[in-house]
Amino acid sequence: MTAALVAVLAIPALGAVLVAAMPAQADRAARMVGTFAAGAALLAALLLGLDRTAWTGPAAADPGTAGTQPGGAGGSPVQPWHELDLAWAPGLDLRFHLGVDGISYPLVVLTALLTLLCCGYTLWNVPAPGRGRLLVALLLVIEVGITGTFLALDLVLFFVFFEVVLLPMFAVIAVWGGPGRRHAARKFVLYTLFGSVLLLVGIFTVVAATGTADLVRLTADAGSGMSRTTQLLAFTLLAIGFAVKSPLWPLHTWLPDAHTEAPTVGSVVLAGVLLKMGTYGLIRVAVGVAPDGAERAAPTLGVLAVAAIIVGSLVCLAQTELKRLIAYSSVGHMGFVLLGIATLNATGLQAALIGNIAHGIITGLLFFLAGAIKDRAHTGDLVRLGGLRETAPGLAGVLGFAAIASLGLPGLAGFWGEAFAVVAAFRVGGPLWTVLGIVAALGGALTAAYFLRLLRKVTHGPAAPAVAGITAPRLAPAELVAWAPLVVLALVVGLLPALVIGMAADPVTALVTTLATGSR
Amino acid sequence: MSPDTLGPLLPAVPFIAALLGLVWPGAGRRLAAALGITGAAVALLVAAWLALTVDGPYGTYTELADFGGLPVTFGVRIDGAALLVALAVGVVALAVQVYSVAYLADDDRYAPYAAQVSLFTAAMLLVVVAGDLIVLLVGWEVMGICSYLLIGHDRRLPEAPKAAVKAFIVTRTGDVGFLLGIVLLGVSAGSFRIADVLSAVAAGEVSAGRLTAVALLLLAGVAGKSAQFPLHTWLPDAMAGPTPISALIHAATMVAAGIYVVTRLFPVFDAGSVPLAVLGVMAAVTMLLGALAATAQDDIKRVLAWSTVSQLAYMAAALSVGATAVALFHLLTHAAFKALLFLGAGSVIHAVGSNSMAAMGGLRRGMPATFWSMTIGLGALMGLPPLAGFWSKDAVLAAAQGKNGWVAVMVFTAGLVGVVVTAWYATRLWLRTFFGTPRSPAAEHPHEPPGVMLWPVVLLAVPSALLGFAAFAHGFTDRLRSPAPAEWVGEYSGPATRAQALQEAVELVHLSAAMALPLACLALGVLGAWLAWRRDPAADPARVLGPLRPVFANAFYLDAVQEVAVVRPSRALARVVRRGDESVVDGAVEGAGRGTSDLGGSLARAHRAGLPRAATAVLAGALLVGVAAATLGGLS
Repeated sequence: MTAALVAVLAIPALGAVLVAAMPAQADRAARMVGTFAAGAALLAALLLGLDRTAWTGPAAADPGTAGTQPGGAGGSPVQPWHELDLAWAPGLDLRFHLGVDGISYPLVVLTALLTLLCCGYTLWNVPAPGRGRLLVALLLVIEVGITGTFLALDLVLFFVFFEVVLLPMFAVIAVWGGPGRRHAARKFVLYTLFGSVLLLVGIFTVVAATGTADLVRLTADAGSGMSRTTQLLAFTLLAIGFAVKSPLWPLHTWLPDAHTEAPTVGSVVLAGVLLKMGTYGLIRVAVGVAPDGAERAAPTLGVLAVAAIIVGSLVCLAQTELKRLIAYSSVGHMGFVLLGIATLNATGLQAALIGNIAHGIITGLLFFLAGAIKDRAHTGDLVRLGGLRETAPGLAGVLGFAAIASLGLPGLAGFWGEAFAVVAAFRVGGPLWTVLGIVAALGGALTAAYFLRLLRKVTHGPAAPAVAGITAPRLAPAELVAWAPLVVLALVVGLLPALVIGMAADPVTALVTTLATGSR
Repeated sequence: MSPDTLGPLLPAVPFIAALLGLVWPGAGRRLAAALGITGAAVALLVAAWLALTVDGPYGTYTELADFGGLPVTFGVRIDGAALLVALAVGVVALAVQVYSVAYLADDDRYAPYAAQVSLFTAAMLLVVVAGDLIVLLVGWEVMGICSYLLIGHDRRLPEAPKAAVKAFIVTRTGDVGFLLGIVLLGVSAGSFRIADVLSAVAAGEVSAGRLTAVALLLLAGVAGKSAQFPLHTWLPDAMAGPTPISALIHAATMVAAGIYVVTRLFPVFDAGSVPLAVLGVMAAVTMLLGALAATAQDDIKRVLAWSTVSQLAYMAAALSVGATAVALFHLLTHAAFKALLFLGAGSVIHAVGSNSMAAMGGLRRGMPATFWSMTIGLGALMGLPPLAGFWSKDAVLAAAQGKNGWVAVMVFTAGLVGVVVTAWYATRLWLRTFFGTPRSPAAEHPHEPPGVMLWPVVLLAVPSALLGFAAFAHGFTDRLRSPAPAEWVGEYSGPATRAQALQEAVELVHLSAAMALPLACLALGVLGAWLAWRRDPAADPARVLGPLRPVFANAFYLDAVQEVAVVRPSRALARVVRRGDESVVDGAVEGAGRGTSDLGGSLARAHRAGLPRAATAVLAGALLVGVAAATLGGLS
């Protein structure tokens, strides 16, 4: 199955090269080749879940043996199901180390699925100014970067893949985006680069202090190779870098512009998986490598996360543009995920993991729908939209479903992350975390308020002129094919959350145990 | 089929019917109606079968997910009370599905409507049988979203979307407390299973302060869902939804879910004295608020809506004095007669073409079956013997009278005053709608609705009249009591504690001289309304309220209070935060970007020097470097 590990990175890379090299006349054929490559990558991603290496050492089932032997692959919290470890630059002690486990697997599958849906969508609809094959090629390169980030088990390799994503995403926004695309793309790249610089400094702090860049070793050591001050410094640098990506309030202002101006497929990938690189990085790299620093910084992180929830929700309540509203809702949702991480207990981390997946599915769907509405009505302004269910009932119905899923209705995917982030906060106990839990729950009520306001303005009421003039009210087959998996997943993950968190139980418990018994 | 599989079928069957109805491409009217009616009928049959065959309470579970040591289980926890409530839900849901076929005969969006009603039925049944707090929350909130979807169903009503949003937001506000209560309870007990929670409470593992906090938080959700003061404002506006929905969701089932949950988790509320006292105060205030508001409404549905608010307060009052079986008894009779009243009102509205009682009058001549059914319904509402409502309301008053303490006295007094006012407004509705001369052209030629609409109304009159007599049957009263922990099959049996005290046989009927007082109040109310009407049959008896009439009609202006105290500040805060986020937080980022480009620009300008200045700069720099090297070299 290490072949699958390589395949899931190599197939999109080769596909991207092939698609970009094809001539302009074969644009549609090139897009089909790209979609095919994305499909093959999804297959490879699914195959990664088979034939897993068994878990050794302290497991979720027997917490009594917790913290017995840190150090060595047997007792490390990071025990990949499949692993690939090749020497890359022996002189610099860099290794090409890939691996997948219960924490990264759902994210890899989500990335492959969303990329496939986006490539399929581009087959049907290429935004201005055309040249769809280049858009598909860039999407495939972004997929390589994101999947590589989730699979990398070496810090420097992680950083390389982290950076691979930036320029293609910049190009996607800057070429195929809306009217304000140049400014939005520039802001996105520069802001994220600022975070990346800090991330790089943090990584080098860790590597210099501990002498290794191997995530498996580092997580097993649980920061014992670094002094307390170094750990806190490393965690802060890493956390700020990831916080820009997640995004965490107040480092979020690149997000609304980028999402609003990006083309539909760009927004879907951006919201669906790019943001998850930040939170995944926090769990895997920041918390795993510098747990003591994490514990000291946890209250700050928790407060900022809850601020993100409340500020995101309040701003959404006053929003007047469709895509911008959904963008700010991402700030709120990632606030719940970050709250779950900040609690540093198993419940919180599980909540964060399922919150990640749920947000990717639901917000990806929401951006697809926003794109469909803007294409049909030629406006995203809430004042000018209205009465969508009169003219396009199918589209209004799916929008209603997505909005209801996003507000965290129990029974759909979004509920588990939000509710159990609150549970995790209460489990930590103490006055600060109890207050944070209460305020986060209030944020849930605000989320309902702004999403229902959105539905009232867009779908209910009499048909506004922009909506009444829609010439293609029925859903196209390509749209149905692109959205159906997301709708089904939102319901299935909502009813059976064990599908996502079941496989992460062991790694999460082991990680939390090293937090408790790590270097002091 | 074993009870283990039948229990989960109760919510599963309507859920499947709902899914099929929602995703089936091009579902026609007949298929949609068939799915809806079949779903409700099967649920009813399953409930009836379980009620007849299962003799003891039981629970069955399977784990759904494990969040770091806190498991969430899917399972059912079925006792006699759960089955009786499930039966009531099944009956009313089936009646509403059948009724809707004719009521929405000219509606092109009937198919999603029927599917949403099935989804609602599934959610309500899930709340009734859920054995895990998180699963209960799922059913609870799905009911809320179905209520939102169905209130906003009618496109022709401009006020419907706003009413739908208001209903969801007000109940969601209460649900924040509900979620926090569940979270706190689950974290304290170490599990979300209701059986484990109740065992932990019984064993004293949860501190008293915490239990009080949990109970008060849960009461917030109960107040929202069951439309008790101060979260009652959504229910009258929810009447913008189709009338069958008002019958199902906003009278018989969803609003009763709050009361039901309190009985289910009663040991949590009973642990201290504060939660039940708070509930008692809420009940007393709401009882009178609802009844007085109903006296001055012109819209027939709004009268019934306020009446529901008031009757729910009676159930809450019974709970606040610890009489859970009595509360459930009133819940069941109320489900029957309120569903009857709403469906009957729907027939009247259908005939007259308007909700307003000012356009009705003399309808009994053209609609005899509806007239007699509604008479029975209104009689039950008032508490007229020997109809069902008399027995259940009397049981509530008797329970309050039998207890000591200021809560019981307050609740009893409010209950008696409520009887007077209820009789008054019920008589007013009866006289204004069915007697006197018709006040509009449509009312002059009323007709009975089609059979599909008429039969559910007539059939519901049977339990409205006779259900009260079930209080004499031990089989019925036995099922309403809470079983002791040791009786549960398939559940963890905790230590036998105060729950054992509930094992005593429940007596719902107290035939005594104390019945005379409520009857006297009833007569007072009826007489008052009749006299006011008789003086001028064409005018509204509410005119005798004089200056109080607009106050009651606007429900003491509490809607306006809510708008000013909550809605407007939230919107203003949202605007402020948005501006702050855009100008301050983003302003810092944009400012940093601009500052950097400006700095770069000025440095570029500085470098764009002409040859003389550049040569001077080079020579000056060389001099500086030479001096520095000499000085520093000399020092070392």
